[in-house]
Amino acid sequence: MDFSTLFIIIIGSIFVNNFVIHRFLGLCPYIGVSKKMDSALGMGMAVIFVMTMASTITWLIYTFFLNEATSIFGLDLTFLRTITFILSIAVLVQFVEMVIKKAAPELYKALGIYLPLITTNCAVLGVSLLNINENYNFIESIVNGAAAGVGFTLVLVLMAGIRERLEYSKVPRSMKGMPISFIIAGCMALAFLGFTGMKF
Amino acid sequence: MKAIQEFTKGIIKENPVFVMALGLCPTLAVSTSVQNAIGMGAAATFVLLCSNIFISLIKNLIPSKVRIPCFILVIASFVTIIDMVMEAYVPPLHKSLGIFIPLIVVNCIILGRAEAFASKNGVFKSMLDGLGMGLGFMLAIMVIALIREILGVGTILNIRILPASYKPMIAAILPPGAFITIGLLMGLLSILQNKKKSKA
Repeated sequence: MDFSTLFIIIIGSIFVNNFVIHRFLGLCPYIGVSKKMDSALGMGMAVIFVMTMASTITWLIYTFFLNEATSIFGLDLTFLRTITFILSIAVLVQFVEMVIKKAAPELYKALGIYLPLITTNCAVLGVSLLNINENYNFIESIVNGAAAGVGFTLVLVLMAGIRERLEYSKVPRSMKGMPISFIIAGCMALAFLGFTGMKF
Repeated sequence: MKAIQEFTKGIIKENPVFVMALGLCPTLAVSTSVQNAIGMGAAATFVLLCSNIFISLIKNLIPSKVRIPCFILVIASFVTIIDMVMEAYVPPLHKSLGIFIPLIVVNCIILGRAEAFASKNGVFKSMLDGLGMGLGFMLAIMVIALIREILGVGTILNIRILPASYKPMIAAILPPGAFITIGLLMGLLSILQNKKKSKA
């Protein structure tokens, strides 16, 4: 196992190719759930968890069922990728919700309302597809999933912090709400562009 | 409501992107050039039209408890079709849209229309609704892409509009440009709405 590859994947997914800011994945929760710090943190934790699990499961499904070269059936079923991935993510989210409800009621209370929302979070399906497109191996896929989730949480929490302050500042009436959030996101994206030059 | 209104409401009054803030991820990600915007808009319109028709046909067969997984399955099938068609006939466009074609599955506009409209209305009305919403989505991406392409490259559809001495504003086609453009456009729309309200 080459640790420098893993390190590059982690830094890449958190900062350089941040899922929200650079790849435009998961914008709906980024704008929708970033009004309060608590809910942003809750959503972030739920996303890290689901993204890691989803990367693991979709990689296994793709390798052992869909890809002709490694499949146990020996059939080329790659065209079923989109359908199987979204279904397994939906099942996974449902399953995780049930397990957490039984095993850790406290955590369920904190994450509860965010879990169902995650099924339609395009970052989760996005990370699964990217793992396949980039030809990552099993460990790299899991690491990439977790790092992408951490990157998502980072910008979500930053945004929530800015928006909590924004409550007290004077914003032109027409710019209130969504428009100003997008402008702020643009400024954050400018800052994150600074990471683009980083090469290893 | 008259049939023609079902069609036109999606284009301006209930525009999915600017008014309802749905489907933001593909809107911002593919609006780097007008060509990409048209391709993405056409693909999403096709999926929206087909899934609306199909879901309104089978709406009485689906038990209400499992309706969301059923809708996702229908949408994923049509997305797979358009994915394969585009890969076969327009490979360069397919490549530049990348993972955003499979990600049409989790586009909230499509699931939203299936849940809010097609599962409650007849086939003809659902068809018009799907077409109108699809075109509204396409219009929104094209407006953003037009601004970004003119400012960032100085061309429209690869035809030079601004004189060669124009120094392109590269930030406009990078991620920050997308966020700031949509923020300003939404602000502009809300100024217009506020004016309308104060007149009435």
